[in-house]
Amino acid sequence: MSTLSFHDVRVRYGSHTVLDDVSLEVTDGQTVGLVGESGCGKSTLARAAVGLAPLTGGQILLDGRPVPNRGRRPVQMVFQDPYSSLDPRMTVGESLAEAMPERLGRTARQAEIARLLALVHLDAARAADLPGRLSGGQRQRVALARALAARPQVILADEITSALDVSVQGAVLNLIRDMRRDLGLSMLFISHNLAVVRYVADHVAVLHNGRIVEFGPTAQVLGAPRHDYTRHLLAALPGAVPLKEQT
Amino acid sequence: MRAARVLLRPVGFAGFGLLTLVLLAAAFAPVLWGGRAAAVDTGNLLAGPSAEHWIGTDNLGRDLFARVLVAARLSIVLAVAATAISLVLGILLGAAPMLLGRRLGRLVTSAVNVLVAFPGLLLVLFFAVVFGVGARGAALAVGVAGAPAFARLCHTLMAAVSERDYVAAARIAGVSRIRVLLRHVLPNVAEPLIVNATMAAGGVLLTFAGLSFLGLGVQAPSYDWGKLMQDGLNGIYVHPLAALGPGIAVVLAGLAFNLTGEAFAAAFGLGDQPGRAHSMEEPREPVAATPAVPRTVLSVEGLRVTIPGPAGPIRAVRGVTFAVSEGEAVGVVGESGSGKSLTALAVAGLIEPPVRVEAGHLVVAGEDLMAAGAHRRLGTSLAIVFQDPMTSFNPAHRVGPQLAEVSRFHQRMGRKAALARAVDRLRAVRIREPERRARQYPFEFSGGMRQRAMIGMGLMGDPRLIVADEPTTALDVTVQRQVLELLAEVRRDTGAALLLISHDVSVVTDVCDRVLVMYAGLVVEELPSKDLRTLARHPYTRALVAAVPDMDTDLSRPLAVIPGLPADPVHVPAGCAFAPRCPLADDHCRAVAPALVAGVACHKSTEVPV
Repeated sequence: MSTLSFHDVRVRYGSHTVLDDVSLEVTDGQTVGLVGESGCGKSTLARAAVGLAPLTGGQILLDGRPVPNRGRRPVQMVFQDPYSSLDPRMTVGESLAEAMPERLGRTARQAEIARLLALVHLDAARAADLPGRLSGGQRQRVALARALAARPQVILADEITSALDVSVQGAVLNLIRDMRRDLGLSMLFISHNLAVVRYVADHVAVLHNGRIVEFGPTAQVLGAPRHDYTRHLLAALPGAVPLKEQT
Repeated sequence: MRAARVLLRPVGFAGFGLLTLVLLAAAFAPVLWGGRAAAVDTGNLLAGPSAEHWIGTDNLGRDLFARVLVAARLSIVLAVAATAISLVLGILLGAAPMLLGRRLGRLVTSAVNVLVAFPGLLLVLFFAVVFGVGARGAALAVGVAGAPAFARLCHTLMAAVSERDYVAAARIAGVSRIRVLLRHVLPNVAEPLIVNATMAAGGVLLTFAGLSFLGLGVQAPSYDWGKLMQDGLNGIYVHPLAALGPGIAVVLAGLAFNLTGEAFAAAFGLGDQPGRAHSMEEPREPVAATPAVPRTVLSVEGLRVTIPGPAGPIRAVRGVTFAVSEGEAVGVVGESGSGKSLTALAVAGLIEPPVRVEAGHLVVAGEDLMAAGAHRRLGTSLAIVFQDPMTSFNPAHRVGPQLAEVSRFHQRMGRKAALARAVDRLRAVRIREPERRARQYPFEFSGGMRQRAMIGMGLMGDPRLIVADEPTTALDVTVQRQVLELLAEVRRDTGAALLLISHDVSVVTDVCDRVLVMYAGLVVEELPSKDLRTLARHPYTRALVAAVPDMDTDLSRPLAVIPGLPADPVHVPAGCAFAPRCPLADDHCRAVAPALVAGVACHKSTEVPV
């Protein structure tokens, strides 16, 4: 695994600045959480790293070299919506095989598919199923397996649990933690849910209006926030402070 | 199965039957009747219909019926060829933005848009002149002239598919543009394209007949239906069938293509009517009417909601009984498919056939919704807040008048008075500058503000119950908190009761006095919300609470998960629906469904360590 670093990244659509000089580093084997409100630019940052959003300024480097935005990216992404992230007409096995870096023979390919499915705790028999037969949580695991199939150096997870039911969310979060432990994955984990980020991330970056307002070890940022906006986010959590009934 | 669905409809049956006949004629008529169609009979020139020549003969005495049958091949081949040209060109032009990149693609798209604006016939005539008179020229002309319409269609369909995440994932995985087009995009737009091509073939057939009729298409000695019509036109007053015969052939072939296209469209779900093919197999069980619990604003007994489905009725809510007292806040939690939202919709009286609602009673603010005409009277005593603030307002109307409509309809207020109340209510839900905001459209409101305005709409009357179905799920935490605070404040000011539906345990414990936990269409546990985290007795409730990480979750241990999948609402198991996923379940659990006794529906509730 490697280090993904964002240097003064700026993304602008017309006159609207989505990301304003964002610098962030996802170091080797670390999971960095990225939190913020919807529309603050979280997803744009991830999409920029894989060439799906054009940079207006700055650069995104992987181990000191620019991330290629053509061909197979060494940085892979897992998307939010489990119902749109798999081609409904391709079996699980075909989706995984498509992302593999080299063309394998039939048996080698089957073995690799089984290995990938085992990594995300799915039965190898699932390889023959179409996504329509899978639940949301199973689809999200297949999407994760597809990202792993490309043998990435860094994985970007964009709100991967927010469309899932809570009982399934737990299983996916456990999986993310297992994979970091077993595979040493570097990951940028984007979520609006602070409790989820607290559970999986080593470091947290707080994004507000296209700027990173706070960055540090998870326990420090969420336990002793220094920026007003971080405090504001934490105070808004249900159960954090009793609801004021008089405003 | 799909093929059967196509054929079993009258449209599909007629379409495919006709198409088979037409194609058989195209394939075999020249072989079978080619000689007869070419046989010159100088003794029988321009004869009328007779037993020997059913629709007469032409100016060389050739049998016209045989000629109509033989002409089927050329007519169909030309129509199919032209449609194929349109389709292929259309796909290429429509895929241009994907293949050529943004700038060049935009140029192609604009060019297509300009071409679509020209009348089709004008293009056909223009290209017919360019490509020259004759069958080949006509096929090219009709094909090229039809391309822009297909290009537009392809472009729209492909744009929708290429927004999908799996296309982005394929690009990130290094799949080339061409392969993305062939593997991911084309298969997913194929259905509407096939339907349109089939229907277009019928139109192309007619265009060809027109071109040949004008003398621009097929030239003698070849002949298609249009050419035969042209030949027959001279004698139309003497032998009308000579011109009408090929005309009828064109109509039949055109119908064959169009009906087949319609049948495809219906089978692919483009024009499907929901619920028509689905049956409610179960007979309606009579439900004994029961009286409402006194001093409640909402009292429900034995509520069942059944949805017709292709694999049998989906029993989404299977007998829910609860009551909400005046001013009380009750939360309903559960995962997707637990029936919590349908319970809320049933309480709001918003479920319509074919979905079936049954209950012993369903009394909201004194009105039994199971009685006819009760919904209308509910308008002012019930307020509803939905999950998606974008779709709960009509985007074409300003916010103020939409709120005012409630009072104009239910309270018979005048326009001015109603609008004044709307502005006042917007102020009450803490929307700044309510006069200006009332004149704005919903899209000018942020998500949180729309949710406030929705609550404001509920306050136009004098609500005794507010039903909020996942009101904050689409909102950020900071905005969520504002909306929850507003709900609490409204309850304090108006004394209204609240029924809050949420998948989020922490939201419910924050806002509500009492919580109902739903699983597979039943309430499995009912308890004070302060006890939810610590004193829950049902294994599902405990698992649900444990599965959600909060700011105090132990980081050194894996999160608790609930093994297995949620119960399938079509085949709910006989016993406890949670038994297949429950660590405590035994044979008794799997055989006998537990009743809700003393707030919990579990045979093992006494064994659960608290």
